[in-house]
Amino acid sequence: MLKDITLGQYFPGDSLAHRLDPRTKLILTVIYIVTLFCAKSFVSYGVVAALLVTGVKISGVAPKALVKGLKPILFIVCFTAALNLLYTPGDVLVSLWIFKITTQGIFTAFFMVLRITMLIMGTFLLTYTTSPIALTDGLETLLGPLKKIRVPVHELAMIMSIALRFIPTLIEETDKIMSAQKARGADFESGNIFQRAKALVPILVPLFISAFRRADELAVAMECRCYHGGEGRTKLHVLRYQARDYLVLLAYLAVLAIVLILARFGL
Amino acid sequence: MKAIIRVENLIHTYGAGTPFCRNAVNGVNMEIYEGEFLGVIGHTGSGKSTLIQHLNGLLKPTSGAVYLGDRDIWAEPKKIREVRFRVGLVFQYPEYQLFEETVYKDIAFGPKNMGLETAEIDRRVRTSAAFVGLGEDMLEKSPFDLSGGQKRRVAIAGVIAMEPEVLILDEPSAGLDPAGRKGLLENIQAYHREKGTTVVMVSHSMDEVAENVDRIVVLANAGVVMSGTPHEVFSRAQELMDVGLNVPQVTQVAMELVRRGVDIDPAVYTVPDLRRALAALKGGRT
Repeated sequence: MLKDITLGQYFPGDSLAHRLDPRTKLILTVIYIVTLFCAKSFVSYGVVAALLVTGVKISGVAPKALVKGLKPILFIVCFTAALNLLYTPGDVLVSLWIFKITTQGIFTAFFMVLRITMLIMGTFLLTYTTSPIALTDGLETLLGPLKKIRVPVHELAMIMSIALRFIPTLIEETDKIMSAQKARGADFESGNIFQRAKALVPILVPLFISAFRRADELAVAMECRCYHGGEGRTKLHVLRYQARDYLVLLAYLAVLAIVLILARFGL
Repeated sequence: MKAIIRVENLIHTYGAGTPFCRNAVNGVNMEIYEGEFLGVIGHTGSGKSTLIQHLNGLLKPTSGAVYLGDRDIWAEPKKIREVRFRVGLVFQYPEYQLFEETVYKDIAFGPKNMGLETAEIDRRVRTSAAFVGLGEDMLEKSPFDLSGGQKRRVAIAGVIAMEPEVLILDEPSAGLDPAGRKGLLENIQAYHREKGTTVVMVSHSMDEVAENVDRIVVLANAGVVMSGTPHEVFSRAQELMDVGLNVPQVTQVAMELVRRGVDIDPAVYTVPDLRRALAALKGGRT
């Protein structure tokens, strides 16, 4: 079912991870990614993995949900692994026709898979513990300085939050329309690729119409509440850094430092 | 009476394994008899919509079974489409599912999926359009140029055109104006009478249910709490109110009269019945 897609879905909760300032969490995610890309060995990957596990534990997000979120990228992971496995030059272990598997290839492939899965899990941790509204709010504040060079930060943040807000709605709507057409005998599961593509018309037409209708209604609703862009707009919840934000930030920086030091020693 | 659909110990769990896990339908047993007009009532979130989507195999029970005739509808999962042709389901706000260029083509979508002959499809489109009160001149229009009420009629005709043995309607009159409501319900009632099709109508409105159905099933908190004739159900007014429902306005009037000492049946549920009861009372006095 479509409902099983968890990409970017928020799991409400009250853990430390949920209570952190969204700006902190965005910065932490960036630090996490940098750390991950600096890791070059089992030891440093172990350190980053420990950080990830601690983060998941603190957030209280079910590990199952994190793993389920990996499903859509399974193909990319396998593809990268295969490419790295077969095309890394080095000491040949096995040679089959034009394919050569090298020791270096096995290591690179393994680390690549590890890197991608940990990257996805780490970023999921952000979206699982931060509501879309808090997320865009944090992003808008973080990118605020860019307004000076005429980047429409507020508008972009607004577009993003509206898009995020409507993902579940549209998924639900798609589900409903699919059910309704199935009730009239529509068949989405059999036939060749052309028949299947054609079978989508009864879903896409109503979906587009309702998306436009919703956009119209939303625009009217926003105008009714005198929305006029970001100029002079104040916030109900002003973001403020707390002591915990600094502490967690320090912990992440410490991990980054450890990984960098390990890299210096060739680990 | 022979049951056409039988639901046994039906349980449906949404979002198993997530923090949002809950049983939308929890151990429902019910029967739908051949040729009856059944009303299903229940407050928002009582599991009505989930229940009816099991009746035509759109949802698969987490546990329990649904029998159509004597066969478990999931006995052969490959043939589930046939179940959907035999049990027609009209969703809430069905007008949002129209997609074709003309009304005719949209109504023909179901029959076409059944693999019928062009002549038969044509016959079905025209008769079902007539049943829901759409004139011949409407058939070549674009469904998107119609009014909300007309769109809804087109969508209902699209399901009727499959000539299902059981027609299920989820809140068919929601969001229509009073005239639209009345007209649509009369059309459905006429269809039921003329074709003898079993009809199941899900509704919030007690008055609507009272005026149309032969039997009522009351859902609350994901289970069946009552079932019986409208008279049986509406005579248990207090229990209905306890589960967040109410009785028809006419019954409310009758109950108030009884409270003030008038000697009539408190469970009358249509205006003519109340009038008759009051006339009898008056006749008795003079």
